[in-house]
Amino acid sequence: MKSDIELIDSNGKRLDGRGPEDLRPIKIEAGVLHRADGSCYLEWGGNKVLVAVYGPREAIPRHSQNPLRAIVNAKYNMAAFSVEDRKRPGPDRRSREISKVISEALERVILTEQFPRAAIDVNIEVLDAEAGTRCAGLTAAGVALADAGIPMIDIPVSCAAGKIGGHVVADLGKEEDNFGDADLPVAISPRTDEVILLQMDGHLTLDEFNKAFDLAVKGCHVVSEIQKKAILDRYQSASEAE
Amino acid sequence: MTVVPIIKRDHIYKLAEQGKRVDGRNFDEYRKIEIETGVVSKAEGSARVKIGNTQVMAGIKMNVGEPYSDSPDSGVMTTAAELIPLASPDFESGPPRENAIELARVVDRGVRESEVIELDELCIEPGEKVWVVFIDLHILDYDGNLFDAASLAALAALSTAKVPAKRFELGDDYPLPLKEPPISCTSVKFNNVVAIDPSLDEEEIADARLTVATDTNGDIRAMQKGLNGSFTREEIQKVIKASIDNGREIRKQLYKNIGK
Repeated sequence: MKSDIELIDSNGKRLDGRGPEDLRPIKIEAGVLHRADGSCYLEWGGNKVLVAVYGPREAIPRHSQNPLRAIVNAKYNMAAFSVEDRKRPGPDRRSREISKVISEALERVILTEQFPRAAIDVNIEVLDAEAGTRCAGLTAAGVALADAGIPMIDIPVSCAAGKIGGHVVADLGKEEDNFGDADLPVAISPRTDEVILLQMDGHLTLDEFNKAFDLAVKGCHVVSEIQKKAILDRYQSASEAE
Repeated sequence: MTVVPIIKRDHIYKLAEQGKRVDGRNFDEYRKIEIETGVVSKAEGSARVKIGNTQVMAGIKMNVGEPYSDSPDSGVMTTAAELIPLASPDFESGPPRENAIELARVVDRGVRESEVIELDELCIEPGEKVWVVFIDLHILDYDGNLFDAASLAALAALSTAKVPAKRFELGDDYPLPLKEPPISCTSVKFNNVVAIDPSLDEEEIADARLTVATDTNGDIRAMQKGLNGSFTREEIQKVIKASIDNGREIRKQLYKNIGK
């Protein structure tokens, strides 16, 4: 579907007033749920995501167990009321695919070999959706895993870049996602910049891809600082209360 | 991983250190591709693609249906993949699991996002009646790299598809309106080498996988990373270059096979 909306003006200003490299406002809070082993609430622009981590615990059914390491089950789920037209509850093909790529990304950073036969369940609930929910979900999952005390080589973080009206920009908003030219969600392990998730749809030249990729990685590092602060805030205030 | 795969993995690693692959190919060398079209008479378009021993069949069926409310004057496309038990001792029958779903969605994205099917031209009555295109992928023999085989089969089937207007009393049949298709190429990484068009043995021991679809200009139209390993920026560059180079050759072969 094409649109006549001007997504970015001649001064490089976007619909919501952001510059090309600016991210939407992000708020992260760790340890928000009582029953979960680790949890995180994240707001990223209009996205609201809640993540609960359970485990490591015995993997069920037993045939799903891996005798050498833990399995990571990320489940991405959208609330029926999170989008414009009500979403039918339950997993659809889109959410299954996202669950799979997020699980694989998290497996790269979690020290799964420390928990043979176990499962680490990461439940990602999208309560309010406005473009970039998989990045928001993976970012929140990183914080929730840290909150659960799961050993990891790094806290995974995600951010997208894309192309709108011929310009490469970071972190697409709703209209930019709907009417833009390309979307490139990236997740990295921020200490080494290793890429653990990468998807792309749309149209990018090789130069544009390189530019978008670098912008996404840059965005990841910005978000990574907010993640670390959320974890510090949670445990600093907890230790002060004691 | 049980004993046999570990032995196999060590063998493949050892070969890789000597710059070799199990089947004697170079790391940037694709297996032999065979494309056959018009293999199912009941389908609007069909194709069977072989990449080495991997075999995938794609069939196109079309129906008249309702458009989506947000795009009342364009046709609808859906893609489904079945990993039937015929193709591998590890496939089970039943509703599609996550591997089949990811496969279908990656193929779907390659076709949809690059607007290969001109959906705007598949409108019959705006808001009421449009053509619905079903792309069904049947995996017949699984020896690795289903992503590329399925994408290529879908494109070959689409390229030969005819809109069955006569059956629905809407005039004469005509070829499905299409644009230049992007070609998907998949590479995997294991033991810090990157190899294009993985065989099953390589796929089973791979750390990470990356599929890149490129168009005639060498622009990137879709990407998908899979598996629980990671890529560096340089490795991604290498994969993209191999995808552009091999994509060009595969496109030539596709055109030759569909008589274009």
